[in-house]
Amino acid sequence: MFTKKVKTLLAIALPIALAASVVVIAPASAGGTLTRTPGQEVSYAAYGAEYANVATTADGDDACSWYETSKKDYSGKTLRVLTHAIPNMGKPTALHAKQFEELTGGKVEVEHVSFGDLYAKQLRSYQTDTNQYDVVFNGSYQIGDFHSYYAKVPDSVTKGKGSLATLTPLYKELYKWDGETKLFGIDADRHFLKYRTDVYENAAAKAFYKSKTGKELAPPKTWKEYNLHAKTFNGYKAAGQPAGLKFSGTTEITQKGGLMFGAFIDRVAPYAKNPNVKGGFWFDENMVPQVNNPGFVAGLTDFIEATKYMPVGGKNFDLSKEIESFGRGDSLLSYTWDDAWSKSNEPTSPIKNKVKAAPLPGAEKVWNRVTKKWDTPKGGVNYAPYIAWGWSSAVTAASPAKAMAFDYLCFWANKANHKLDLTIGDMGVNPSRTEDFTSDFWVKEMNWGKPAVDSWLGTMQNYEKNTNRVFDLRVPGVSDYMTAMENAVAKALAGQATPQKALDEAAKEWKAITKRVGITKVKSAYQNVIALEDNIS
Amino acid sequence: MKKGYPRFFLLPGLLLLIAIIIFPLLFTIRVTFSSWNVSQSGLNFIGGENWGEMVRDTRYWSSLLRLFYLSFLTVAIQYVLGFAIALFAWKGIAARRFYRVLWLIPMMTTPSLMAIIWRSIFTEDIGALNGLLTRVGLDPVNWLTESGPANVAITIAEVWQWTPFMFLILLAGLLSLPKEPFMAAAIDGASAWKTFARVTFPMMAPISIGAIMIRLIDASKIFDSVFTLTRGGPGNATETPAAYIFQRSLQDFQIAYGSTLALMYLILAILTLTIIGKVFARLSKPRGI
Repeated sequence: MFTKKVKTLLAIALPIALAASVVVIAPASAGGTLTRTPGQEVSYAAYGAEYANVATTADGDDACSWYETSKKDYSGKTLRVLTHAIPNMGKPTALHAKQFEELTGGKVEVEHVSFGDLYAKQLRSYQTDTNQYDVVFNGSYQIGDFHSYYAKVPDSVTKGKGSLATLTPLYKELYKWDGETKLFGIDADRHFLKYRTDVYENAAAKAFYKSKTGKELAPPKTWKEYNLHAKTFNGYKAAGQPAGLKFSGTTEITQKGGLMFGAFIDRVAPYAKNPNVKGGFWFDENMVPQVNNPGFVAGLTDFIEATKYMPVGGKNFDLSKEIESFGRGDSLLSYTWDDAWSKSNEPTSPIKNKVKAAPLPGAEKVWNRVTKKWDTPKGGVNYAPYIAWGWSSAVTAASPAKAMAFDYLCFWANKANHKLDLTIGDMGVNPSRTEDFTSDFWVKEMNWGKPAVDSWLGTMQNYEKNTNRVFDLRVPGVSDYMTAMENAVAKALAGQATPQKALDEAAKEWKAITKRVGITKVKSAYQNVIALEDNIS
Repeated sequence: MKKGYPRFFLLPGLLLLIAIIIFPLLFTIRVTFSSWNVSQSGLNFIGGENWGEMVRDTRYWSSLLRLFYLSFLTVAIQYVLGFAIALFAWKGIAARRFYRVLWLIPMMTTPSLMAIIWRSIFTEDIGALNGLLTRVGLDPVNWLTESGPANVAITIAEVWQWTPFMFLILLAGLLSLPKEPFMAAAIDGASAWKTFARVTFPMMAPISIGAIMIRLIDASKIFDSVFTLTRGGPGNATETPAAYIFQRSLQDFQIAYGSTLALMYLILAILTLTIIGKVFARLSKPRGI
């Protein structure tokens, strides 16, 4: 009797246990063709020759890992994605779309457009209520224009095992609007100085500089010093200069429409961001534009002078040209985004291990818009790093496929993908999470030189703590403001107007934009920027 | 009923006209009296504010002046070169058919693609042209970052692309000319130059005017080469109205103001080209008749 009962019990229990064990150990594959097991190695090698030499890494344990994503079934569903042209951001978007399709069975339609079109196409979709996209990529500074069209990022993504849980505190704030996370932060940028160590750490170069200027050579602390170094070493034969390549003083973004406004902000920030003046860097309390104040004019004057020490064609460099030029060894100094840094650290770079990072130069005086006088900074130099916008993404509020859209973005930015994307220079993904700021990863896995990595990570950590920072003008119409400013700077760089006259024109245009958009609307949005500038949590 | 019946057949054409020309035009006019912009979409009414702003917009008027210079200069060069090449191809040369096709290739290429190729040639650091100049011991030229060279670069790109159009029209004209006047000139012992000046050129005048007018209409919209080569820079040194309107409307998203600029641009283009057409027509009339 007992044996019969046991036999019956076993007959029922065994198949159940067997089935359960199969469910637990079997590779997951709900809707897609790709099956995954927990912790399985992630490799991009199957996605084209360009990924053949990319490192591999173990799948993460996060909520959107390859394994977890493979459990989802989006067969028959389609996601419409608007992203930037390949490679910057366009490359990872397309790559992760293909992987997501293989894992979930869903379809991801990716539209690649130029940076200007990213803004215009989104706006057109929202203003005409045509709801053309589920997922959009953008510059995070456009949040002022678009936040009302974006869905709130779920807590499951920003907390616990979510992809964005370990974003640094600064960037967690940057991706919020009125306390709600609206942007899916896949990147985090800041501008910093890049300098060639085969000059700055070379005895002959130091002696040369001293003989020319009577001063000791060290990475520039002010923009005046930056220009002096650029001038002194323009045409110099640097010890590690690639053969046949002329050495110039500086490589910068100078092209109108090529993100030159970012370079300009770097140069004016320390002259115009006074740590003792609260309540607005871009506008004063009455919304009077500050774009033509003496601080801005001083920065522009330096910018114009630097054009004399740029490589051939340097007066027409957009961001990609800046990256290419500094990355191949054209110049002593450069600044702005991380990309030129990554480029110069790539295995094939002729200046690998010859570049270090430092905070952006400061200024020996800073304009006080309240007293209308120049102040002498404490310690002799005013530093005001520009925490530049980075790539971000969002799920549109009107999307009929929000869950799939967030799953796609969450997969896009999962631990394994983020780690691998960081290693590819032209992906446009830069360190943004606490785990990215450990030198081990860069030194051991990326084979970057430790002194260089330490200088870079130290610079970024310095920015996290700095309390005199400049942020983008995250208000409605930001593109109009930036275009007007860029146009004025371009005129001054081309010698068509003096710095003061050009910036006066920009200020006039800014007043018109504010009037057009609505002073109340702009002022209200600007309070979010002031909160960041003045460190009001 | 019978009287109106034929008119019924005009209806599809009329509806199409309304849909693709009349409605958009009227809508654009209406938009110019609104403040449609990046943060305010829709048709509110703000009176003539945009028109007033346009009158004060020196950047717009400068771009129009630049357009006059660029379009007249490029079309003039295209005409001279196109005529020369057409004469060359008209007179029996070896492999005539091959050359005719060869000369047409620039025109058959997509303008924006062509502009990208020209940009790679003019690019100052790694461009072919500066590479060539330095090889022969000359200093590189700032083709895209100095006002003068930038305008030269755009002129070269435009002339290269559109001279074949002139060539095509003028060659067709030359081939259609009657033989008798040339025979008479030959019997009278006229030199090649005199034959050209007194026979060929006058007989080609109506065709030339047609070709010039078509090219002027097209040149008044110069955009691809400007946007791709210089983006209107350095500063605003090469900015044309089309480039400026593109920026205002589709990059800054000032739909209402951009529409105002575009409408004024259309009015000025129609007026100017009508006047030019009339002047040409008067000039081409045989004297003494």
